[in-house]
Amino acid sequence: MRFNRASKALVLSAALALTLSACGGGDGGAGASSGGDATKAISANTTEPESGLLPADTNEVGGGRIMDLIFTGLVSYGADGKPVNELAESIETKDAQNYTIKIKAGQKFSNGDPVTAKSFVDAWNFGAAAKNAQKNSYFFESIKGYDKVSAKGATVETMEGLKVVDDTTFTVELSRKESDFPLRLGYTAFFPLPAAAFADPKAFGQNPAGNGPYKLAENGWQHNVQIQLVPNPDYSGPRKPANGGVDFKIYANTEAAYQDLLGNNLDVLDQIPPSSLKNFADELKGRSLNQPYAGNATLTISDYLPQFAGEAGKLRRQAISMSIDRQQIIDKIFFGNKKIATDFTSPVIDGFSDAIPGHEVLTFDAEKAKELWKQADALQAWDNSKPFTIAYNVDGAGNKEYVDAAVNQIKNTLGIAAEPKAYATFKELRAAVNNKEMTGAHRTGWQADYPSLYNFLGPLYGTGAGSNDGNYSSKEFDAKLAEGLSATSVEEGNKIFNASQEILFKDLPVIPLWYQAAQGGWSENVDNVKFAWNGVPMYYSITAK
Amino acid sequence: MFMFISKRFLQLIPVFLGATLLVYFLVFATPGDPIAALSGGKPMAPAVEEALRAQYNLDQPFWIQYGLYLKSLVTFDLGQTFSGQEVSDVLGRAFPVTARLAIMALAFEAVFGVIFGVIAGMRKGKLFDSTVLVASLIVIAVPTFVLGFVLQFFVGVKLDWAKPTVGVGAPWGDLILPAAVLGLVSLAYVIRLTRTSIIENKNADYVRTATAKGLSRRRVVSVHILRNSLIPVVTFLGADLGSLMGGAIVTEGIFNVPGVGNLLFKAIKAGETPTVVAVVGVLVLIFVLANLVVDLLYAWLDPRIRYV
Repeated sequence: MRFNRASKALVLSAALALTLSACGGGDGGAGASSGGDATKAISANTTEPESGLLPADTNEVGGGRIMDLIFTGLVSYGADGKPVNELAESIETKDAQNYTIKIKAGQKFSNGDPVTAKSFVDAWNFGAAAKNAQKNSYFFESIKGYDKVSAKGATVETMEGLKVVDDTTFTVELSRKESDFPLRLGYTAFFPLPAAAFADPKAFGQNPAGNGPYKLAENGWQHNVQIQLVPNPDYSGPRKPANGGVDFKIYANTEAAYQDLLGNNLDVLDQIPPSSLKNFADELKGRSLNQPYAGNATLTISDYLPQFAGEAGKLRRQAISMSIDRQQIIDKIFFGNKKIATDFTSPVIDGFSDAIPGHEVLTFDAEKAKELWKQADALQAWDNSKPFTIAYNVDGAGNKEYVDAAVNQIKNTLGIAAEPKAYATFKELRAAVNNKEMTGAHRTGWQADYPSLYNFLGPLYGTGAGSNDGNYSSKEFDAKLAEGLSATSVEEGNKIFNASQEILFKDLPVIPLWYQAAQGGWSENVDNVKFAWNGVPMYYSITAK
Repeated sequence: MFMFISKRFLQLIPVFLGATLLVYFLVFATPGDPIAALSGGKPMAPAVEEALRAQYNLDQPFWIQYGLYLKSLVTFDLGQTFSGQEVSDVLGRAFPVTARLAIMALAFEAVFGVIFGVIAGMRKGKLFDSTVLVASLIVIAVPTFVLGFVLQFFVGVKLDWAKPTVGVGAPWGDLILPAAVLGLVSLAYVIRLTRTSIIENKNADYVRTATAKGLSRRRVVSVHILRNSLIPVVTFLGADLGSLMGGAIVTEGIFNVPGVGNLLFKAIKAGETPTVVAVVGVLVLIFVLANLVVDLLYAWLDPRIRYV
């Protein structure tokens, strides 16, 4: 999820709000059978999408939740994050590098065009080509030929790894083995597009014709006001709508949305404003939920700081990790609405383990922390004239409070000079990070794009990876990742990915703090509200009373 | 009169240019990288990043950026938002909503402010006067967002007399509560201004003359005292129209009004220069025009003032 809209309240901070997670997903139309008025529309909160509604350009929740309802890909994710076939008849591979994908015949887009193998191949090529400047283009980087279409000024527009065999079959050749490739295929970027989208992408993005459980109502997108979705009669997949449509009201802030929820003027709210986090469960009288989703919060210490280099740096990162009393911060600042981290991924992901050797380094232990710090001092003296800082962006709700608390804990436990460093906006913090201006740690976090352990590891800690803020590089870790990716089954791969985390626990490229949890509520007018693995409500199964 | 008005319109040109230049520079100078924020901390392919920078001229130095902006402005192209919408469309949707809100707030403060102010001024020192003075003091002292949240919670959620937020299409009925909140602080000032001005004028010679020649009290108050007391009030209201339009950020946030305030706030945060400059540019025009109207009203209110 992305940022602006930034933030499952406290939970997603600005950074997160901007990033989009793959969403939605069905567990076989659970809500459809449980009654309710299937012709009545429900209302829900959202934010104004930050781009036209195109699969490869939508990288934040405001647009992402809409895309997930008006489009459907090869698979969607159930409430537990497990992929369920949507358009895919089968996804087969023998070597984790060459995939043969068969799709269901007879499906169509809401403008009448059929959904064929070509709809996928063309959409992916469009998303990857540099000249289309689609923000999610890097999602196609594992497909063979991506490097040629994504280069500056590239004239090649099709990736050689994608081949249409017939109307319902296409093949994908990756540039290396990636066993979790099928897991990704439910993500927004991998949705198919009808031919109309390529003729005029801009116009299509304003009024898309999709193939999902819902479609845009006529003039359904009133900018900054609302987005109206109605059920798509042509949809025959597992996410059958149990209501008569979803009216997404666009809110500039969650406080207003929460007041609307209290006044039964809004049916579903997927984040609780920070000011109400303490009391929302009481105020909503059983109409609320609080559950972990696939996101975490971490602190990254930049690699270019001389005092955090080498063996001494490793010890210092461990000492800082052990001097933070995470549970205390969760209880006092987040009113218990988070879960203490025990690894680098998230407990809602298949394959998660809370017993990976080395995870003790995430436990608060003042004595051990002091001892580790002393050992580091013996290797390299600490310059206490320059305070250790934790940088954060003020425009993400709750950031200031927890960073202040963590700074105080570090200061008190280790007896070093430490202070918080505030940046007014998320863009300012990101620019400072990119320009290597950090003088200590900065707050980071990750929300999974698709439910897989690898998505929490590869893009963040692989050498040269796109979101590797701390420029972490470990040959041993990279080798483990590659080994996990070439595994032939997901289970086997997960075992290897968890083993790779043992290396991370020793090096601590980032300091995991806690897992994010989604807090939400609903009005007296709806039932069957569930949130998916990514913290986004499963709108299609909500019933109106 | 014609000369006066055309001169004022000519003055608009340098004022507008200066304001856009200043605002453009201020947004340019705010730290942070809009494109980095757009990617939400996730990676972005270098070619995509470069294409986006070029699309919004963010790869150019300041003067070229501003020059390109002016160049497209001449052809009435206000640029595009980061979400690919025309800024002119975005403005076209937001301004009517805020204009309605501001006009309702202005009407609210003008009508109630003058009525209360006249009564308080005519009965100086009586119970009504003291009550209004204390109440207006409280309204001035309490921040708008407190008033807004309290009224929203009681009127919108607890009593259910109005919707807590403004609905689709921003109907007039939904705007009553936000307009009242928006106009409340200015209402207090209008009351106080009117009251003071009435007190000053009610002992003037021409009032005594009017009373002596047997005019009804009603006519004395409404024509002789009030009309002559309105100059400071009208000056205030004229300037206030601009601040109501540009300063509704807090109220619009609380009641989720899809107006200029919310738009501006979001655009500033995202570093979306074309939107910020366009919004501020239009606000500048409104300020200048409102002041022109105020000047013309002076002549109507006080026959001694003439424009040539």
